[in-house]
Amino acid sequence: MLKRKSKASQFGVFMLVVLLSGSLLVGGCGRPQEVSPPPAQDATAAPSPQGAAEPDAIEAATIQIRGSDSEVNMVASLAEEFMLTYPQVQIAVTGGGSGAGIAALLDGTVDIANSSRPMKDSEIEKARANGVEAVAVRFAMDGVAAIVNENNPAESLSMEELGAIFRGEITNWSEVGGEDKGINLYGRQSNSGTFIFFMEWVLRGDYDPGMRNMVGNADILEAVRSDVTGIGYIAIGYATEGGNVRPGIKVLSIAAQKGEPPVSPLELENITSGAYPISRPLYQFVAGRPEGAIRKFLEFELSERGQEIVLESGFYPITDADREFNKNSAGIQQ
Amino acid sequence: MQLHKLRERAIRLFFLLCGLISIFILLGIFYTLLNNSIPALREVGITGFFTTGLWRPTAFGAPQFSTLNLILGTFMVGTGALVIAVPLGVACAAYLAEVASSREREIFKPIIEILAGIPSVVLGFFGLVVLAPLIARIFNIPSGINAMNGAVLVGIMALPTVVSLAEDAITAVPQEYRHASLALGATRWQTIRNVTIPAALSGIIAASMLGMGRAIGETMTVLMATGNALAMPGSFLDPVRTLSANIAIEMGEVPRGSLHFHSLFMVGLILFLITFFINMLADIIFERYRRRA
Repeated sequence: MLKRKSKASQFGVFMLVVLLSGSLLVGGCGRPQEVSPPPAQDATAAPSPQGAAEPDAIEAATIQIRGSDSEVNMVASLAEEFMLTYPQVQIAVTGGGSGAGIAALLDGTVDIANSSRPMKDSEIEKARANGVEAVAVRFAMDGVAAIVNENNPAESLSMEELGAIFRGEITNWSEVGGEDKGINLYGRQSNSGTFIFFMEWVLRGDYDPGMRNMVGNADILEAVRSDVTGIGYIAIGYATEGGNVRPGIKVLSIAAQKGEPPVSPLELENITSGAYPISRPLYQFVAGRPEGAIRKFLEFELSERGQEIVLESGFYPITDADREFNKNSAGIQQ
Repeated sequence: MQLHKLRERAIRLFFLLCGLISIFILLGIFYTLLNNSIPALREVGITGFFTTGLWRPTAFGAPQFSTLNLILGTFMVGTGALVIAVPLGVACAAYLAEVASSREREIFKPIIEILAGIPSVVLGFFGLVVLAPLIARIFNIPSGINAMNGAVLVGIMALPTVVSLAEDAITAVPQEYRHASLALGATRWQTIRNVTIPAALSGIIAASMLGMGRAIGETMTVLMATGNALAMPGSFLDPVRTLSANIAIEMGEVPRGSLHFHSLFMVGLILFLITFFINMLADIIFERYRRRA
């Protein structure tokens, strides 16, 4: 084809370059995020965010983190800030779903598994068989948000109604006081921790087989934004941007029981008090008691500055009960 | 002289080995799929994979392993892609081979080949953000994330395969056929329609079949664009889940050695057999027409 450098083939090569760079840009805003370490001089020039921390207290290390799509952006932000203080530590954060993260931890291919759900019995068995002692840390709180299109008049649902909608028992918005329109369901895939959590906590049954299984939180957001009959569930950090609900969607308030006042997941105190009925802790799992760089990173996440980043990422800080949990499971006191 | 012969034989052996390696790789893949499917077959039974029901190994209730809806979804996306790729691809190939000047050809061919280089994840993203809302508006339905969305995208992906193979087939038609047709007073369009394309039919059918094989195996675009619902689709406007997307969704999280793990190998085996038979069919058709010609 390229026997001589004709103008046409040069044009072809040019197009290829344009398309490839375009694809890199698109890929760049996708979910898997590779966090590159900042240049070393940053750490010496800027005072470390923790002030008293000793950057040389740990040895150079690489930490591989994989798992939850809900957590990936927040953990990437935490890792970025951590690497400013400890430039000798490189942290790579990728998504893939909670199930994929836990599977990778049990196979020994990652150091930390992000998971938005606790481990399943089958995973605990597998860990035992592999000789891995999986230690859990709760580092943030999430209120799973039920979202609808901004043009949908619905404002709130009860837990029972939400479950019935996703089980396929309620199929028209008029049955929950809305317009006479069918309901399109958008959920995650079985590798997602949110998928499992929502199934066990809200549905207590099986999903309607007509539900569309989307790849990640961002895809559900995009789908609901363009479907006026749609309803989806996403981690709260994806529903907001800079403290405001993202354009095109509405976050529903949820009542624990029908007749009780519905509660919004957008208020901090509703999550920490547990008043919002779909609140959950977000986990990280490590193999064995955390030590060295991994321990330092976990401590940073649980520190005051770490919890500030959690809040900035649209999620909520952990409670005293979670701190107690971390002390007992991982021996980390923060 | 003796040395020369020996070298000749060694080179022969080398090429034979290269040929055999690809056969061994194919057999190895088939063996791995079959071997890993056997535990699932033993536990679920062959009927469990082919009875009416759903694919739901991580159900809240009892797990189900029916692959029927997945197979249906796969064929819907595959044939839908062909409906788009074949007419467009053959017309495009006829233009390139018969109508276009050499300068036009030099511009169009590389551009079509670039189409093959678009990463599938980019095409999937395009389907989600651009094509799905468009389909929703055209058909006046709430969501365009469905089988048709996937079929159109995969059709675009299969297009370069169909175009380049069909163009080869059309170019290979002997020049005398065209000359005879034109000499009888046929127009250029009549010649293309009634002489050149029928003469190239074997190659065009083989091109379509290979395009279908490509479409059925395509994963990432379909995974993002079709909605992946487990229910049996009623039409092209319903969401579907394909065999390949199903493996991609679930393989990352299954504990190795579990029933779910082995049943995914069974899904892979079904997919392998489907593409194997489609490719074999393409080969048989190709051979039969070639012998007749």
